[in-house]
Amino acid sequence: MLHFDLLLNSLPIMGYGMLGIFVVTGVIIGVVTLLNKITSDK
Amino acid sequence: MEVLIQNFYAISWQQMVMWVIGGVLIYLAISKEMEPTLLLPMGFGAILVNLPNSGAAAVIDHLFEIGINQHELFPLLLFIGIGAMIDFQPLLTNPKLMIFGAAAQFGIFFTLCMASLFGFQLNDAASIAIIGAADGPTSIFVSQMLNSNYTAAIMVAAYSYMALVPMVQPPIIKLCTTKAERKIRMQYKGKPVSKRTKILFPIVVTVIVGLVAPDAVVLIGFLMFGNLIRECGVLNSLSETAQNVLANLITILLGITIASRMSADEFLKFETLLIMGLGLVAFVVDTFGGVMIAKIMNLFLKEKINPMIGAAGISAFPMSARVVHKLGLEEDNQNFLLMHSIGVNVSGQIASVIAGGLILALVGG
Repeated sequence: MLHFDLLLNSLPIMGYGMLGIFVVTGVIIGVVTLLNKITSDK
Repeated sequence: MEVLIQNFYAISWQQMVMWVIGGVLIYLAISKEMEPTLLLPMGFGAILVNLPNSGAAAVIDHLFEIGINQHELFPLLLFIGIGAMIDFQPLLTNPKLMIFGAAAQFGIFFTLCMASLFGFQLNDAASIAIIGAADGPTSIFVSQMLNSNYTAAIMVAAYSYMALVPMVQPPIIKLCTTKAERKIRMQYKGKPVSKRTKILFPIVVTVIVGLVAPDAVVLIGFLMFGNLIRECGVLNSLSETAQNVLANLITILLGITIASRMSADEFLKFETLLIMGLGLVAFVVDTFGGVMIAKIMNLFLKEKINPMIGAAGISAFPMSARVVHKLGLEEDNQNFLLMHSIGVNVSGQIASVIAGGLILALVGG
């Protein structure tokens, strides 16, 4: 038996979860790029 | 004499099925070399705890209690070893690769929805979904934190599919890409990364993830602690110990401890089959997500990316990177994708922990 009510409860978690991953990843990419620039040995 | 025979009468068919399952795990570990460090202890443990009136069950239960149930000690200690093993240089050279690691976590959240559709409660659905992290310690940690009833099945699924990555990923990658796309060559521009960046990276990532998902900071924190030991340059002996002795010791204990949840009455349920199926869905959709984001990015990039590298974002370090590299060579024997796929693969390792943290924050909170 399929539980569409439970599925509907989970959909927002999927949205927030993927958004959260991309936001955190974006922040890490930004920080690493910055670190590479600041700490460059040149 | 009667006492000796009594135990034979106490054997149930369910226990015998578990012996067969244990035997299959041992067979896969030895003959097929599929994750032998974990599948072999788990297989043997499955036989051990399913002997009638097994005296080992209490000891293994105790190990489970102190090593996993109370503070998830074993998976966390294992993460120190894994952190010490990982070289983040390819990722630090090209941090944009992290996008693929993020996209390849889509399978986790898709599977969460599918598990909910099949009637699993949110804590169990989220624990099943985290199989898609393709990372054993994260799966154990999250399922334990969420008090899932299916930890053993989740563990078996997670480690089995990690071992099956060379079989699961290639057909999905080929299905999502054209021959021309698989032939795209990528130049590796190995830019130097300063030692200061390598040292600051684990500290900064820990702080960022800790601020976003405090429940999971212990997971990323232990991983990054191991990496800091590796990169600091003054703790080589500790780094080697973490990579070898610590990781091996914990792996031995972890495998046999997980078996404490493989008693016939706990494991032989219809839900176990369903979890194995959902675990496969998680791996397939993870692969799909990674490849598709690369294809989308190619619409805007002048210098095209070989979309296959997106599949390495699934974590499953380093098998997934090797699979992509091998597929690249199959299409063009001069196309070396290893450095790119390793970069994506280690970013997947970080992203899977972030995903675990977000699951805990969104479901556990």
